[in-house]
Amino acid sequence: MSATGPGIAQSPVVGAALRGEAPQSLWRQAARRFRKNRAAMGSVVVLAVIAVTSVLVPLLWPHGIEDASWEAILVAPTLENWHWFGTDANGRDLFVRVFYGGRVSLTIGLLTTVVALSIGVTYGALAGFTGGRTDNFMMRFVDVLYSMPLLFFIIILVTVFGRNIYLVFVAIGCIEWLTMSRIVRGQTLAVKTKEYVESAVAIGLSRGEILRRYIIPNVLGPVVVYVTLLIPTNIVVESYLSFIGLGVQEPLTSWGLLISQGAGQLDTAPWLIFFPATFLAVTMFCFNFIGDGLRDALDPSNR
Amino acid sequence: MLNYTLRRIAIAVPTLFIIATAAFFLMRSAPGGPFDAEADLEPEVLENIRAAYDLDKPLPTQYALYLQRALGGDFGPSLVYKDFGVTELIGIGLPVSARLGLTAMALAVLVGGLAGIVAALRQNRFLDHAVMALAMTGIAVPSFVIAPVLALVFGLYLKLLPIAGWDDGAWRNMVLPVVALALPQVAIIARLTRGGMLEVLRSNFVRTARARGIAESRVVLRHVLPSAVIPLVGYLGPAIAGIMTGSLVIELIFNLPGVGRYFVQGALNRDYPLVMGIVIVYATFIITLNLLSDLAYAALDPRIRKGYR
Repeated sequence: MSATGPGIAQSPVVGAALRGEAPQSLWRQAARRFRKNRAAMGSVVVLAVIAVTSVLVPLLWPHGIEDASWEAILVAPTLENWHWFGTDANGRDLFVRVFYGGRVSLTIGLLTTVVALSIGVTYGALAGFTGGRTDNFMMRFVDVLYSMPLLFFIIILVTVFGRNIYLVFVAIGCIEWLTMSRIVRGQTLAVKTKEYVESAVAIGLSRGEILRRYIIPNVLGPVVVYVTLLIPTNIVVESYLSFIGLGVQEPLTSWGLLISQGAGQLDTAPWLIFFPATFLAVTMFCFNFIGDGLRDALDPSNR
Repeated sequence: MLNYTLRRIAIAVPTLFIIATAAFFLMRSAPGGPFDAEADLEPEVLENIRAAYDLDKPLPTQYALYLQRALGGDFGPSLVYKDFGVTELIGIGLPVSARLGLTAMALAVLVGGLAGIVAALRQNRFLDHAVMALAMTGIAVPSFVIAPVLALVFGLYLKLLPIAGWDDGAWRNMVLPVVALALPQVAIIARLTRGGMLEVLRSNFVRTARARGIAESRVVLRHVLPSAVIPLVGYLGPAIAGIMTGSLVIELIFNLPGVGRYFVQGALNRDYPLVMGIVIVYATFIITLNLLSDLAYAALDPRIRKGYR
């Protein structure tokens, strides 16, 4: 990046026009910038590998996640007998459990984010687009929820309604939509005054149609960035719950639960915490790099 | 400013009320009573127990009674720690948690702030990249991974510090939990401070100050820092909330007799009054501190209270 900023001929749109090429859409330009970001692209590859192996390993591995073996209790990582990551106190193979846990953790991260995304985008766009007193009321409501210690509420919910994986999904999703709604509302307020929205109003499109076709697509940039940061947050929230014993329950497992079990046997079997913690941390890094990469790609002025 | 303050208080008070209400009704809608596990109680005995805990009264009355007592600081008896009131248990745990949390907070602001300032002053050089890489690690690796690893390295391998226990707050016992608790906040604060610094360093008044020939150290100390730390003030509230939730796991891992451990134990044992009491007390803390942090932020940056966010 030159310090003075690009000249007008270097601007992709004008530059392309000068060279006689068709101008690229903002998203195409962003995609090109993103592909140049090595940390982000590397993270995409690593994440894809983790995701694919999480699906495949439990299907193909010679050990099942619950196969306990009395001959192989707390075996250190070894190439023998396919215990690459060692075994736990019940003689269960850690390799298959780490990938199975990855499946659960990633699924929870994605699904809770989908819940948060749907609620947050709808709510924020509605508030921002409607404006006036409704907007004011809706955002005050978000303010109220925002100042609550929400993790404590997830814990109460889980305490009361039992430790159920679906409840964990819904609870996390229902709570993490707040920031999303604020972002979307702010963007909507900015987009709503644009001419193309005015013209949509002028030709008599319904409010829902305008929201769906003009507002939501145009506020997606920051939302995409936030989503890549929300997925790891939700994975950590789930791990946190599982760690204190309120999240995923045996025989299911997740990275958080594996870490919690490993933390109890740190001195005798450090590999039990090492592998799940490494996978969790690498996943966190990847999502963070992708989030940063997307932010830079979608909004290069902030670099 | 007065208007803004009143508006914020007008949100904070009902929030607390909603929290207490939600906590109460959620707990009461739980399937199964707290005494189901007690084997074959005589009906009269069960009646007496229920009466002692006000469970024989209609729900609205129970709710009113609970609110009334909670306002006076009485959260009722614990269901699991017999002979102890919830207020008593919180009283036992709070000094431990407060000491832990405040130390961690001070450490986080000090180290995170300094790291952020240094990184910004050396932007895009080695030190900056090093600090930001560490901050990324602090954000990516959750405290419940860092804490056991710290215990393993400094407690078991190097044998420098105890791996668990409180020992009446001896500093040796505090080092590891405080560090584990502070690290995620150090990382966030470092990033925030760096961002704030960079923005101010590029601003016109700093360029002017430099153009007037003022020494760089003076520019940084007198012109940049005061404006750069403003976003940090707004983050103090959320930081405290983060440390409070973080201390749940940290107290569990290091086996410290704080409120967090009672909370987790209470949640696992379905000790409803205990969980409710702790949520209300913690919520009060978090909301009050958030409020103070927001008010301080607004006082320092007029754009906030005028709604230009």
